[in-house]
Formats: sequence, structure tokens, C-alpha cells
Amino acid sequence: MCRLRIDWLVRHLLGVLAVVAGGLVVVVIFSLLQGAWPAINSGLLGHFFSDPNWQPGSVRDPQYGLVPMLAGSFLVTVAAALIATPLGVAGAVFHHFYAPRQIAKWNLRAMELLAGMPAVVLGFWGLTVVVPAIARIEPPGQSLLAAALVLALMILPIIALTTQAALAAVPLSQVQAAAGLGIGRAGTILKIALPMARRGIGAGVLLALARAIGETLVVVMLCGNIAQIPGSLFDPIRPVTSTIALEMGYATASHKSLLYAAGLILVLVVGLLVGWLSFRKNLDHDAVN
Amino acid sequence: MRKLLLLSAAVFLSACGKPQDEANRLIITGSSTVAPIVADAAARYEALHPEVRIDVQTGGSSRGITDALSGLADMGMISRDLKEGETELTAHRLAMDGVCVIVHRDNPVSDFTKDQLIAIYTGKVSNWSELGGGSGEILVASKAEGRATLEVFLGYTGLDSADIRADVIVGENQHAIKTVAGNVNAIAYVSIGAAGSESESGTPIKLVSCEGIAPTTEAVAAGTFPITRPLQIVTDAETSEVATAFLNYLKTPAINDLIETHLYVPVAH
Repeated sequence: MCRLRIDWLVRHLLGVLAVVAGGLVVVVIFSLLQGAWPAINSGLLGHFFSDPNWQPGSVRDPQYGLVPMLAGSFLVTVAAALIATPLGVAGAVFHHFYAPRQIAKWNLRAMELLAGMPAVVLGFWGLTVVVPAIARIEPPGQSLLAAALVLALMILPIIALTTQAALAAVPLSQVQAAAGLGIGRAGTILKIALPMARRGIGAGVLLALARAIGETLVVVMLCGNIAQIPGSLFDPIRPVTSTIALEMGYATASHKSLLYAAGLILVLVVGLLVGWLSFRKNLDHDAVN
Repeated sequence: MRKLLLLSAAVFLSACGKPQDEANRLIITGSSTVAPIVADAAARYEALHPEVRIDVQTGGSSRGITDALSGLADMGMISRDLKEGETELTAHRLAMDGVCVIVHRDNPVSDFTKDQLIAIYTGKVSNWSELGGGSGEILVASKAEGRATLEVFLGYTGLDSADIRADVIVGENQHAIKTVAGNVNAIAYVSIGAAGSESESGTPIKLVSCEGIAPTTEAVAAGTFPITRPLQIVTDAETSEVATAFLNYLKTPAINDLIETHLYVPVAH
């Protein structure tokens, strides 16, 4: 009897907590909408796509062009993923198939430590080490490249750890069958393990993209924050997150409302990524059934 | 199991605590430049008046204005003068700060005129050789829109924010200082207080004089340094008794040592 009552209690307690957690997302999106409403309602949102520059504080000629910043967010995210994906996948393959046990263990620890590394520490390191190094090649140093490199370091563990999990989930029988057929280790990896793990790896990359596009602290310190479409990797950029972080505390009236709207657009993009992720999961599920 | 649940419930309830006496609770929000002074003064004031609780939150001068007007905060902190439209608020000056130009320690340039600063920040001059420095492309760092430091700089130079041609945009003072410390060709402008303490602790930056006047707290105090800004508290018409009492405390010389610790200049009361 007592046991039953505890079951009832735990079940309902967990239910309430789950609803609270889910509800918080709704609350956040609702308050974003509320903050963005004045801008949406007054048609100011059109400036996002029609103004060429971002100069909200100008008295003479205020402009609110968001396109360079959307480009900045997109470029830094994709560049970081392009750097981190080969490294993460290669690291996971080495970890799973080649590394002696001791090295594999330490490799895993290092990845986990990197995953938990505070963004402010990485940003600070980037600003004092990576930026001056890049500035020696081509100034100013604070650039798309600097932000992408350090951002890649942040998302590398996500890709490496999900790839490791995906490789570990490849049935041993398949690998043994390949060995039985006399296929070498390289062939097993390229033709059997990686193709079978590819959905898991893809999910890891998508998660990493969602993480990277929302990252703020590192990019604000390293990207140079010039709202422009960069001509090269060495040019500064300004992602949407940077703008919100730099200006939210100081913005008033329509400027503030536009920052809310920019945040909303960012949430929408991440929502699309997450939606794609679950769509692919469903595909997998259907394929298995 | 049941014990565990009871325990967690007890912890939860005690964390809620007993309700604070709302009348004795002050909320002060605004400029991150003023906040450290007010936070230190608040700690001292709370020790003298244990019944009072003071929360100091940052978020920029604009937030200080907005919160003081809306009543979200009892007082706001701003690091600039009140603007023309902000007539509903009263400003109370606590201290003065100067904004100075910084370059890398290895840069031979040691003085700028106002016209030179305008030429650099509008992109008309782009190489240090034109200013008597070495030969390198100038890396112009400017502050993000809305920062009080930017507004003070624009006020001094008479520029509009759309005129500024920067190579990088920075946020906090620290960000500006690290940018200059990491690049021998960089130039930025920051609070004298922040730049002075960093330079003393060995960061390779140099505080450059302006129109021949060295950026020191003494020059700010004497009123001779050309780029200065007031650090102020703003209040609206409805200020509670507790808030007025704390405000009066802030205006006494009792907190001058705190202001000087943060390298700002106390205002003679």
C-alpha cells in the first residue's frame, strides 16, 4: 500500500516537473514574441532585409540591416563545423578501432573535459593566443577565422562523443563478419562501420550546429563584431548573437524590440535544425520497423 | 523514500526563506561603470543599517534610465549626462571618469589632437606613419552601439556613430584593452580608471594624452582633461524614505575612498 502511494507520488511529481521544464520553453518564446511585437507590428522588421547597414545608434541615419549578421552567424557556424567534423570523426575512429586502451581512456577524458570547458575560458584563450597569431598573418586578427577555430574546439567534443557512441552501436557481428571475409581494418571502417554509424554521426553534427549558432561569448570576443559580409576568412564578422549580447543592455525602444526579433529568428533557425533532427530520427524508426 | 521527499520539501521551503521587509529593500540598476562603486557603498551601508537590503544590478545606462522611470528600480545608475528628453529624472553626481585613448606600449605615438582622433576614426588616416608612429595599418577599435563610452567619445569628437569606420567593435573595457595589448597597431578608447589599473599591472598598453593633457585622475579632478563623463544616480519623483537615506549617504565623503579605489574621481560635496 505504502509502496503504491510512493509510486503515485513519484509519478505525479515527475509529471509536474516535466511539464514545468517544457512550459519554460513556451514562456521564453512567448516573452521573445512579446518583446519583438512592437517591431513586428510597426513594420520595422522590413528594415532587417532592406537596410544595407547596422547602425541603430546613428542620429543622422539609423539603419537596421540584419542580412550581414545572418550571413555572419551562418558562416561562422558552417566554418566551425567544417573544421570540427573531420577532426571529431577521425578522433572517434582512432579511439574506437586503433587506440591502445590507455590512450583511448585519456582521449575520452580529454574530450569530456573539453566539452565542459567554460566558454569564457576558451574565449579568453582565443583573444590572448589565437587572435595575435592570426594578426601576424593578416590583421586585425579578430575575424571569422579566429571565431571559427575556437568555436570548432567547443563543438569538437559533441561530434567526437556522438560518433564514438554511434560506432559503439554498430553490431559486433557485422565487424566480425567483415574480418571473417578477410576485409582489413581500414576496409571494415570505411565500408561497414562508418556507413552504419552515419545517422548517429549526422545527428552529432546537427547538434553541434545548433550549439554553434547560439554560442555567444566566444564569438563576441573573437569575431571583431563588424556587421559586414566578409571577403575572406581574415575579415571580421558579426553574428546575430554577438549583436544581441553587445547591445541588449543598452538598447531602448524600437532598437530593443528589433533585438528581440533577431533573437526570435535565431530560435526559429535552431528550431528548424532540431525539427530536422527529429524528422531524421523518425525516418530511422520507420526504416527499422 | 518518504523521508527523502520530506527532506527535499523542507529544503525547498527553507530556501524560500522568510519574506523580506519590502520597504527596506532597495533595487538599483544601470551602468556597469557605476555599479562597483555603488555595490561597495551598499555593503558598507548595510553594515551600518542591518535592516536594509540593497540589490545592485548592471545592464547599462539605458537600463538605469528605463528602470528608474518604470519603478522597477528605486534608483538608476548612469555613466553620462541626462539627455534632453529625460526630464522626469533627477541626476545626482557621485564621481567623474575620463575616457582616454590607448595604444600598444611599443607604439611611439604619445599624443593625439581632436582632429587626429576624428581622422583616425573616420578612416581618413589609416597608417601610423602619417601620425609620426611606425609604419603599420592602424587597427581601429570602437565600442558597440549604446555604450556610454562611445557616446562620450562621439560627444567629444562631434561624430555620428554612422561616421565611425572601425576594424573591430568591442564591448567591455577589458575587451578593448586585450585587443590593444594583443596588437601593436591598435587604437581604442576606454575608461581612464580601467586603463590605468591595467597598465599599472603590466598589461602592454599606453594611455595617450589628448591635446597635450595626460590622462590622469588628477587631470580629471582638475577638469582639464577634455573627455570626461559624470557617474551619476538617477531618481524619479517618487523616492522612498529608505532610498533617500541611502542616496544622501552616497553623497557624503564617506564613500570617497571607494571611488578612489576604483580609480574614479570623487565630486566635492
